[in-house]
Amino acid sequence: MTTPVHQFHTDANRAAQDLQQRAQIQSALSSYETACEARKSAFRDWESARQTAAEIKWDAVNHLDQHLREFADKLESRGTQVHWASNEQQARDIILEIIRSNNAHSIIKSKVMTGEEIHINEALEKAAFDVVESDLGEFIVQLRREAPYHFVFPAMHLKRGEISELFNRELGTALTEDPEELTMIARRVLRDKYITADVGISGANFAIAETGMISITENEGNARLTCALPKVHIALLGIEKVLPRLRDLALFLPMLATAGAGQALTCYNSLYGGPRQPDECDGPEEFHVVLLDNNRTQLLADKQQRDALHCIRCGACLNVCPIYRSIGGHTYGTTYQGPIGSVITPHLRGLQDWKHLSSASSLCGACTQVCPVKIDLHHHLLHNRRNAVIDKPVWREKLQFAIFRSVMNRPKLYRFCVRIGRLMQPLHRLVDGTRLDPARGWTQTRKLPRIAPQTFKDFWRNRK
Amino acid sequence: MKVTLFIPCFIDLCHPNVGMSIVQILEQLGHTIDYPEELTCCGQPAFNSGCWDEARDVAVKVVERLQDAEVIVIASGSCGAMLKVFYPELFQKTGCEQAAKSVANKTFEFSDFLVTKLGVTDLGARFPARVTFHDGCHGLRELDLKQQPRTLLSHVRDLELLEMSEAETCCGFGGTFSTKFPMISSAMGDGKCASAQETGAEYIVSNDSSCLMHLQGLLDRQGKPLKTIHLAEVLTSS
Repeated sequence: MTTPVHQFHTDANRAAQDLQQRAQIQSALSSYETACEARKSAFRDWESARQTAAEIKWDAVNHLDQHLREFADKLESRGTQVHWASNEQQARDIILEIIRSNNAHSIIKSKVMTGEEIHINEALEKAAFDVVESDLGEFIVQLRREAPYHFVFPAMHLKRGEISELFNRELGTALTEDPEELTMIARRVLRDKYITADVGISGANFAIAETGMISITENEGNARLTCALPKVHIALLGIEKVLPRLRDLALFLPMLATAGAGQALTCYNSLYGGPRQPDECDGPEEFHVVLLDNNRTQLLADKQQRDALHCIRCGACLNVCPIYRSIGGHTYGTTYQGPIGSVITPHLRGLQDWKHLSSASSLCGACTQVCPVKIDLHHHLLHNRRNAVIDKPVWREKLQFAIFRSVMNRPKLYRFCVRIGRLMQPLHRLVDGTRLDPARGWTQTRKLPRIAPQTFKDFWRNRK
Repeated sequence: MKVTLFIPCFIDLCHPNVGMSIVQILEQLGHTIDYPEELTCCGQPAFNSGCWDEARDVAVKVVERLQDAEVIVIASGSCGAMLKVFYPELFQKTGCEQAAKSVANKTFEFSDFLVTKLGVTDLGARFPARVTFHDGCHGLRELDLKQQPRTLLSHVRDLELLEMSEAETCCGFGGTFSTKFPMISSAMGDGKCASAQETGAEYIVSNDSSCLMHLQGLLDRQGKPLKTIHLAEVLTSS
């Protein structure tokens, strides 16, 4: 079996050389940057908004037990059934059990990344249920039987022509490059599904403790239909989604829209606080909220990196990340791509299996600079690297740095190595860039810098 | 002022002219140079690889030697960030914590030292060329160096500064990242070079030789005419 690290190296090498893919990412994100900057300037002070948001999330995460209790109590008081899932398996079992007990067959989903995290679609399909994604991007990647490329823009790697061909192949529709026509094709297919679906599964962008409500923000209106039409609504969300007060949304909704998509506000913002009440004429008969831990509490226990739970999944860190922009979303092999994915995946899925993501960064810090809730992303990549070494040192690296330490701390040895290096330089030309080159990691794409005839230390000594 | 100079390993070995230029500039301004020859590396390669014990063993020599300095000038934003930002974290809860903080407080990256500490902006240099400036990430985001190098460049005679659209985008060097993930690193570097080339500049100038070493390596391999040069070398041209 290929390990995640091998898969990553293979895919990253290929993707980094795929100029077409890079151009596609560039063009998909080009308007985002301008829009995002324009929207930020609509805030009186974006930086202080970030600070406030970080403080609110700090409170939410550092008093998570109290907020979650309040959230669940308020939900239950209006007839919602609240479920607590420790891990993927439990979450899948809970959801399957709800579906079975309702004799349901057909399921419609709005965008839910925690669903990707627990592989709910595979579980539903295996249990012979009919499941359809209603978010346009998710609908497209579901038809392609692949994972979302970006946790906010799932199909951003595809050109219109590719989507048209996909619809033609899978749905038998006529080829068209008109984006409106493509949207209409998906809409025609999905409208039927909303009406016939027995269960709607959604995620949540925020969980409001004060009022016991989930907040869903979307641009297509598909989540509203998913949550309102089927007789059972299941919302699956990570426990870190909590915001203490309803009024916190006044900051978080525009902030999420701004950082995530360069919008003032996402088109549709809904709050769900329970199933249909006795005096109400519509809404689902049952409302279930599944709260997922799946190792989030382990991250919570890590004092240094706890702020990674502030994440509101806006995707801004992916959009500015030069690594993401060079290798694309699928290369990560994770539910959450980009810098935030590289920080949290080792916590959620195992440090040793996923530590390579923290190494695959130049630590440029562009992510930290844009994060609306001020997660210290690039420094956490450093912390993951350190923790991985403490947890299980790699002997080759240990040896390498033991030698490094000796050379750097012993001026005579350093001078000796410089002399050897100078002698080796002419020989290096014979193997430069080839498979025999010990410096191939550098030289396969770059010329090796030459040791100067007179180093700075030589210069200083001669001067004296 | 007695200035203690820290010359990082790659400058000592491959780009000694950068160090010589800094010596020339500081002496012309009337300062005395103290250069601790026994110091070679700040420990960043080990630190960035997660080997903090090894990094500390190297860094402790730096802290011990530099703690009594009047002021420390470092010829790289990246190594500067190591001393200023990461040493206090690396030595947290160790016997060197206070010394590391004191080193951090009196360390200046070279352009920051000239502009912020000394208030010097014009060194009388002349560099007749079109140049574009690359912001090294550590300098830009850890040390907040954006205006300082540009202020210095704006006073260089016959120099035309053409800003590139991707000035603040990482060049892809990233220390050990460049050899652990060479294809990603090079893809990022290609993007940087393309952005620099679009401006019509003849030189990429930066205050970080490590980024330039990576970019020059790519440009040479691809036979491109664009050249790289450190800010200090531009400032000693006439």
